[in-house]
Amino acid sequence: MSTNTYDAIVIGSGISGGWAAKELTEKGLKTILLERGRDIEHVKDYVNATKGPWEFPHRGGRTVQMEKDYPVLKRDYPLNETNLDYWVDEKESPYTEVKRFDWFRGYHVGGRSLMWGRQSYRWHETDFEANLKDGVGVDWPIRYKDLEKWYDHVEGFAGISGNHDNVPILPNGNFMPPMDMNCVEKDVAARINNHYKGSRYMIIGRTANITKPLPGRTNCQYRNKCWLGCPFGAYFSTQSSTLPAARATGNLTLRPWSIVTRILYDKDTKKAKGVEVLDAQNNQTYQYFAKIVFVNASTLNSAWVLMNSATDIWPDGLGSSSGELGHNLMDHHLGVGAGGLVEGYDDKYYFGRRANGIYIPRFRNLNGEKRDYIRGFGYQGGAGREEWGRSIPEFSIGGEFKDALTEPGAWTMGIGGFGETLPYHENRAFLDKTKKDKWGLPVLAIDATIKENEKKMRIDMANDAKEMLETAGVKNVQIYNSEAVLGRGIHEMGTARMGRDPKTSVLNEWNQVWDAKNVFVTDGACMASTACQNPSLTYMALTARAANHAVEELKKGNL
Amino acid sequence: MNRRDAIGRVALIMGGTLIGAEFLLSGCKPKAATLENLFDNDHVAFLNEVADTILPDTKTPGAKAAKVGDFIAVMVRDCYETADQDIFLKGLGQIDEASNKKFSKKFLDLDASQRTAVLTDLDKEQQAYTKTKKPKDPNHYFRMIKELTLLGYFTSEIGCKQALRYVEVPGHYDGNLPYKKGDKAWALS
Repeated sequence: MSTNTYDAIVIGSGISGGWAAKELTEKGLKTILLERGRDIEHVKDYVNATKGPWEFPHRGGRTVQMEKDYPVLKRDYPLNETNLDYWVDEKESPYTEVKRFDWFRGYHVGGRSLMWGRQSYRWHETDFEANLKDGVGVDWPIRYKDLEKWYDHVEGFAGISGNHDNVPILPNGNFMPPMDMNCVEKDVAARINNHYKGSRYMIIGRTANITKPLPGRTNCQYRNKCWLGCPFGAYFSTQSSTLPAARATGNLTLRPWSIVTRILYDKDTKKAKGVEVLDAQNNQTYQYFAKIVFVNASTLNSAWVLMNSATDIWPDGLGSSSGELGHNLMDHHLGVGAGGLVEGYDDKYYFGRRANGIYIPRFRNLNGEKRDYIRGFGYQGGAGREEWGRSIPEFSIGGEFKDALTEPGAWTMGIGGFGETLPYHENRAFLDKTKKDKWGLPVLAIDATIKENEKKMRIDMANDAKEMLETAGVKNVQIYNSEAVLGRGIHEMGTARMGRDPKTSVLNEWNQVWDAKNVFVTDGACMASTACQNPSLTYMALTARAANHAVEELKKGNL
Repeated sequence: MNRRDAIGRVALIMGGTLIGAEFLLSGCKPKAATLENLFDNDHVAFLNEVADTILPDTKTPGAKAAKVGDFIAVMVRDCYETADQDIFLKGLGQIDEASNKKFSKKFLDLDASQRTAVLTDLDKEQQAYTKTKKPKDPNHYFRMIKELTLLGYFTSEIGCKQALRYVEVPGHYDGNLPYKKGDKAWALS
């Protein structure tokens, strides 16, 4: 059994699991990183990363067969021909939708760190205080000052490009040089910044694409093919960043094809002693033992692991004593914004495919403003010239039509909102024991929906987008507002929230499960609220902070 | 395409545009069954001629050189639901009917200017139809052909590298590049 004993176990190899593995191994812990899916080796396994569009039989689109095989993924942009292998096999791993919930998953080494959107924004003190001030959910047990140095730490290693914009609501960071706005974005930003006089800002996106080399990584080459895997290692992923660092310590064991079915709880010590693993290839069961366990299986699957770790002491799962495990599931709601035409820049164009856009940080319900909803939203977007997929009024078909399409069209500018979703106890995930996955394991059932606060916010998200673009001189501005579906933000959060009180939360201020203090949950499951910023950077910071605490406590003999 | 591109594409739609690129965002609709041998060589040859009339040789090679007919056949076979496949196949016959009506000849027997005249009429017809089309109404076959022609051509190697400018590894970004009329657009990644 001794070969199955480590200092630490990390469940899941995505953004937060990769960070846990890096931090723990660098602090000297022999660590096993368990990943339920296959390995994807950096560069070597990015099989489509250097193909031209013509090398895909359907030019990147989707076939009828793909739509049949991926009934969830097809609901939004992720279903496509170019990185299909990075998305979960839905037949093998089904789930139950009590209400529609778009769950877009990646079951492989690196998880969604391979396909993520890379936008990286710090939270602000306002975000950590919000639950307490509004009397919503539970108070965050930490504040910005608790996370600030960990943001510095993870930004420095991951490589976040961004500008020191000095926006009051959005802290600056430990940035690499920013990417550039194009000429239209610059002028639109200047007009917005001037008009709203410090109450609204448009800034260049802060993205985990490096603009200067890092060890083993080349700066961004502006190909905009990130989600195929980057042969230059130019964006942060487990493969490009945390995994090589963890391996370099000599303390890491990576085990793909390892489905953690439960955490082994020892009722005498009131701690976890290890985990049980089902080998996804040979269906054999293995046990691994360690002093600490980091749960980083992604929000909903971390909840699944905890719930599936039921014992006679904790019949509803490990960490269930508060009754909040699986509850307070959140996401960002999106699919609402506006866009239009920009005149006067026909003599301007751009070079390079910038894998980044602009960002408009939250401006609602700040500085004493009170809308008919609480919290706020930010926008992402950008400007560019129309491509060949446009109509040419003067021509219908033929040579002149073709030659006109070989030139860039009009400039357009669009922005889309990302709105905060409140924690509602009744928005939850639970085990559906009537349905089994390929390995005979019970699947997750998801029952969650947006409510009045989000619906009211969406009216502002649409109207404010139009107003700002028109203010900036954008013409023919049209609003779009599609159905809000949770999951579609791919920012699942909650189900094992942090808090100050074991009666109302699953985790304490250090991401330790109240009911088993050597178990740490540091992915999106730990979130007590969502703010409106893209969340991954905050998971990284929380993970590094928790790993540091875990090692300190181990040294003190407290775990 | 990632989420940011999807947001950007909405901006394009807002600009009152989007033919052909539509499927990149919305995908093809589900259908009952895939027909392996939907098209024979004559069909593909016919499609190449139709596509080449929509996007002919100019300073740069046209759709036939880029084998757009072959691409269209693959797309209709793999990405169209049965109802759309039927409309499409029937549409090929309707092109000949329109040719007969206007010039008393089949499409392939027309000269280049006659072909252009026939397809210009059909494009007007599809544009008028599309303007008042409700989402549940059947698609117009000529719109399908035109969309697939544009998509097939501008994402082909010839389309990317000759009709457009393709830079595999740009290496840097310049957001303020001078542009003069006639400069070609960049091909998509």
